[in-house]
Amino acid sequence: MNNFSYLSTTTAKDATAAVTGTKGAAFIAGGTTVLDLMKLNVENHSELVDINMVPFKGIEQTADGLRIGALERMSDVGEHPLVLQNYPMISQALLQAASPQLRNMASIGGNLLQRTRCGYFRDVAFPCNKRQPGSGCPAQEGENRGLAILGGSKSCIATHPGDLGVALAALDAVLLLENAKGKQRRVPLVDFHVVPGTTPQRETVLEPGELIVSVTVPAAAHARKSMYLKVRDRASYAFALASAAVGLDVQGGQIRSARVALGGVGTKPWRSVAAEKILTGAPATEATFRAAAAAAVRDAQPREQNRFKVELAQNTLVRALLELSAA
Amino acid sequence: MENEPAFFETSPKPGVVGKPLNRVDGRDKVMGKAKYSAEYPLPGLVYGVLKTSAIAKGRVQSIDTSLALKEPGVLQILTHLNLPKLAKTPNDPEGKKAIGAPMGFLPMTSDIIHYAGQPVALIVADTFERATQAAALVRVNYAAEAPIAAYTDKRAQLFNPEKIQDGKADGYTRRGDARAALASAPIKMTAVYTHAINHHNPMEPGATTAIWEAPDRVTVYESTQGVTRTQKSLSAYLGLPQDQVRVITKFIGGGFGCKGSCWPHTVLTVQAAKAVGRPVKLVLTRPQQFTSMGHREDQTQTLTLGASKEGKLLALIHEKTSTTSPWDNYAESNSKIINLLYDCPTFESHYELGRANVMTSTFTRAPGEAPGSFAIESSMDDLAYQLGIDPIEIRLRNYAEKDPSTGQPWSSKSLRQCYARGAELFGWSKRNPKAGVTKNGRLLVGYGMATASYPVHNSQGTARVRLYADGHAVVQAGATDLGTGTYTVMTQVAADSLGLAPDKIRFELGDTKLPTAPNSGGSVAAGTVSSSVYMAAQDVWERLTKMAIKDPKSPLFQAKAEDVAMENGRLQLKKDASKGEDFKALMKRAGIDDIEGSGQGKYGSGYEAGQSAASASDAHKDEAGKHSMHSFGAHFCEVQVDPDLGTVRVTRWVSVHGAGRILNAKTARSQIIGGSIFGIGAALMEATARDPHYARYTNADLGDYHIPVNADIPEMTVEFIDEHDPYINAMGVKGIGEISMVGVSAAVANAVFHATGKRVRDLPITPDKILGTKSV
Repeated sequence: MNNFSYLSTTTAKDATAAVTGTKGAAFIAGGTTVLDLMKLNVENHSELVDINMVPFKGIEQTADGLRIGALERMSDVGEHPLVLQNYPMISQALLQAASPQLRNMASIGGNLLQRTRCGYFRDVAFPCNKRQPGSGCPAQEGENRGLAILGGSKSCIATHPGDLGVALAALDAVLLLENAKGKQRRVPLVDFHVVPGTTPQRETVLEPGELIVSVTVPAAAHARKSMYLKVRDRASYAFALASAAVGLDVQGGQIRSARVALGGVGTKPWRSVAAEKILTGAPATEATFRAAAAAAVRDAQPREQNRFKVELAQNTLVRALLELSAA
Repeated sequence: MENEPAFFETSPKPGVVGKPLNRVDGRDKVMGKAKYSAEYPLPGLVYGVLKTSAIAKGRVQSIDTSLALKEPGVLQILTHLNLPKLAKTPNDPEGKKAIGAPMGFLPMTSDIIHYAGQPVALIVADTFERATQAAALVRVNYAAEAPIAAYTDKRAQLFNPEKIQDGKADGYTRRGDARAALASAPIKMTAVYTHAINHHNPMEPGATTAIWEAPDRVTVYESTQGVTRTQKSLSAYLGLPQDQVRVITKFIGGGFGCKGSCWPHTVLTVQAAKAVGRPVKLVLTRPQQFTSMGHREDQTQTLTLGASKEGKLLALIHEKTSTTSPWDNYAESNSKIINLLYDCPTFESHYELGRANVMTSTFTRAPGEAPGSFAIESSMDDLAYQLGIDPIEIRLRNYAEKDPSTGQPWSSKSLRQCYARGAELFGWSKRNPKAGVTKNGRLLVGYGMATASYPVHNSQGTARVRLYADGHAVVQAGATDLGTGTYTVMTQVAADSLGLAPDKIRFELGDTKLPTAPNSGGSVAAGTVSSSVYMAAQDVWERLTKMAIKDPKSPLFQAKAEDVAMENGRLQLKKDASKGEDFKALMKRAGIDDIEGSGQGKYGSGYEAGQSAASASDAHKDEAGKHSMHSFGAHFCEVQVDPDLGTVRVTRWVSVHGAGRILNAKTARSQIIGGSIFGIGAALMEATARDPHYARYTNADLGDYHIPVNADIPEMTVEFIDEHDPYINAMGVKGIGEISMVGVSAAVANAVFHATGKRVRDLPITPDKILGTKSV
């Protein structure tokens, strides 16, 4: 870890100004990612601008749906009655992530910016295009069991590690962002993260100095009836090998609307519109679910060690749909 | 004492040995008062941080420390260019032997890089943060060469070593003609088993605090499983007499074998303290832990067995290929347990090694026994299913009534009782003999079992007892408590040996100033130290008896020493308990405040090749040496497998062991639970991934190297069979540190087979290896 200065701010304006005005400065909220990566020398910031006092708070039902302040903690959101009742998938995604200690610290905005667990990225002795553009990607021919089968490129196959983003991608969440000039804009979650392409160092559309203010999730029948299923190497405290965020509105055996996103298998939270198209209007049967799952991984490009994820992702998705439709 | 004392019998009243006494150090631990090796705030203490190699093979071309040295607070940067000279290094075989080094290479003695993560510099600064910052500023230029990552690399040259495990075991073993027996066997089976790299990952990483008390005298607070072994290593490294090196270890946060030797970071820290003239503390980071204290090597075992149609073993041929370092021929001796577990008339084993750019692997809890038992216990299960015989029944048909590898009788063996009791506790009779048919909703349910065995290794040590006339005693041995309860069980042994309540005893350990005790490794600590304590207490009673029979005021005046016994702190005639007196009265009359005794405890009968039998006195040795000494046990496991998602969860667990005298029911149960969980980790999730091109680990942290969490572990049932073994040592203690994980991965894998019909022979059994499985 390098030496850095620390600045605590109470307003978005001060915070964004500080980060924009100082070379190498970065925001810190819960710190569960940024401090970890600074200790590994993967990120080296000259200044950390603490935004925990900035009032990006609140978990409430608005006309647009559920609004969550970006600085709410994972545990508070995961256990909130409104979330539990109307957006169970979000609660499940949050509470199956990390450990209670981490969930008590980590913020919602920070969680969406969590960086990959790819071992090549996290160790500065390795080449890594994400960390050091142009240096190469040993993961392609190396230890890639945990890496992405969807959305990868020759430059990078690093998995998006989070769970919350997967749920939010499925439920059409929209992020409210604010930059140093105080200008706000809205970005759908599915457009917030970007695939690596030839620029894996760029993970989101967030501009330098821009902050996530809040997340809004529209209310919907498929949000009320939703679930998040996560498969991992151990029963708790592990990143997903594959996960499925699914929401269904089934009436009379017919699927009126469906939402599907996959985690643990994509370079970003992997919304599958193709799967949703197959599900929508079709009978809620295992055959339908299988067809949807096949569509969801149609573009998969597995490597040597992560080939199993093609099957696992489908099975996870099918299982989630079966359990949800039976509930 | 001149004669070997009678087998230790706990005093019927009160008698605390075996009782579930709470940990005597438990309160200090939860209050944060127990001091670990990195928690001594010595005056003037400064901080050492390692800089490790970014490449796995090549040379350090240059190191630029100028930028780092300009940082505030930086005191010294040691590299291969300025490391203070050592009297000996392990870089030559003679030095290695003198040091007792776990590997024949000390980093920073030249510019050569042999493995990724090898230390290239040690930065000392006045704070940890400044040392860490400076380490990042040290610029190292390497001349990198293409490394070899494992024996599986096509470029790795494979060879058959004459000896493995640092010369302690043979690279080739043959008993009878296994090839001929196999050729004529009606049933032949060959199976290949692979085992991932495992790291010990104790919660407390390697930690050293070194202070030079004088130019030729050093004290080292070290996280080690043996203060004396570390002392000996350091004295050889430094060219100091052994008594000029003091090593202290009051508490350890786990060891599991990786703290059984003196590794490079320890001597480098001692040299750093010398260089800066101040005490230096160095704690390995978690990633550094993966390349600093050894690991269990990546390995493939091929096990061929020949059997009759009734399931009687006729031949066993075991071959193991594994990765070792550029200099050492290290491999766990997997074949030993395979050679002795069952009554098989012929046996053959071969070891093959491939050199790679890795540090030398080292003993990891049940070294050899754990992966070896995975092979033999999976194959026995396989044979049972193929022949339609119950897995317990096939083991009983091959029950070894004596040690097949030596022909010697067992000193004790309760394996039949372990099978029977385990089966009863588990409900084995409810098992459907057919695999892949028992279900719980979508989940497939499987029952599996496996045998456990662990040798009683040779060991010896000493202890001292100081008994005070006020009824207190201080008992000392330079042993270590790995967290398993040595403080507690030795307090119990001392209490019963001295006829005192446990709260009148203070047991001290973990300091080379105390009487020498063995490493807490190879499961020898409990047996050796308890025997030493018992013998030391006997020495005290003998001295007191001599005083009494010479004292005209004593009721025992002129009695014969052999007619006097100790009962609850009272010396009395064996035949007439009314004739006697309390030791306090005797001591007060003699005008002495305290009396000291010492004792040497010996343990084991010579299981290790090349080591002679060394149990008890010469007279006893012959008798003991004629016996083969092992613990035995059985694990029973229920798993529930999700065939679509590939997840395996252990849902029930029963372990029953026969391991001699159990000193504390509570700490022993905890130790067996801990060892079984360790084994479940190896079975289901533990695997260090080494990149095939860079020979560098890609998951060197506890977020990505998975060990079991609470949610992975069900309620566990642990029992012990009452076992009375008079040959092991005065206490009859066999030790339970390692048997707890032997056979565990096979029990899990066998349960997975029963659940799914799929035999996974590649550890760990992660979801990817289950997928594709459907009920058969």
